[in-house]
Amino acid sequence: MVPRAEIAHWLAASVALLLGLVLLSEVIVGSEVFRRRAWRAYLWPSLALVSGVLLWVVAVFSTFSTMHLLAHALWAQAAMTVGAVQLALVRGKLTSPHWPLLTAAALFLSGVAFLVHEQNPWLASRSAFLHHVIGWTIVLAAAFPVGQALQPRRALWGAGFALTFVVLAVLLYADRDAAPALGAALP
Amino acid sequence: MSSELAGEIAERAARRPRASGRGGRALAVQVLGPLTMLAGVVWAFAQPYRIVFLHPEGKGAYDFLVQPPLLVVVVGLLFSVLIAPGLVEDLERGDRGPAR
Repeated sequence: MVPRAEIAHWLAASVALLLGLVLLSEVIVGSEVFRRRAWRAYLWPSLALVSGVLLWVVAVFSTFSTMHLLAHALWAQAAMTVGAVQLALVRGKLTSPHWPLLTAAALFLSGVAFLVHEQNPWLASRSAFLHHVIGWTIVLAAAFPVGQALQPRRALWGAGFALTFVVLAVLLYADRDAAPALGAALP
Repeated sequence: MSSELAGEIAERAARRPRASGRGGRALAVQVLGPLTMLAGVVWAFAQPYRIVFLHPEGKGAYDFLVQPPLLVVVVGLLFSVLIAPGLVEDLERGDRGPAR
């Protein structure tokens, strides 16, 4: 039995929240202390990679709409690409400080996919409202990795990037399959 | 005052802000998990209909497995138990090299 869309979105929200807390803690303690234990250094790349794999699973079940299938496939590919590059950075296979630009591109394209595949106006439903808000949030948040690439030592960019996932989690938790755009959705 | 003692005092004074900065960062990492759990609990009180255990009629297996406020609590708990303690330990270890 395939779970309802809102169930998958709440699970995705939990992964995003954990990712946000992990990234936020790295900003607080600094990368040097955070990467002192190898498993912690691989945590965010692994979470991104696993999220990509799970998004492919969701894409497989999104056959009810070509737009949804394409959007989920794009998010899956973006997450896997970022995860793979982060793994290579942690492993030392890649060394350029400009690799966060790839994360920025992945975020930007993911945000655009949110905006493009939502055909309804903002207040049509909770789902439509959240697609617009999440899309614009991610498009604007693409500025944080750009900042990380240009000013790697400035904590502001890392904090903004981490908080993006916390905000994304809040928005995904707010999703309901059938609910008005704003206000309570009683069962 | 000998120059050795003066040097020691100056060194201790220079070390103090770094230690207190480390303490503040350790505290910040330690409160992340509990704050997340608190958010989940507050959400459960604000929207009790999100807790399926309180209204089990007509609900499926997925509804029992995935209850958003409880998920938030679980994420906070995971962070508090699996990630925060090691980070705090490494912060307190300071510049004494890699832990493992």
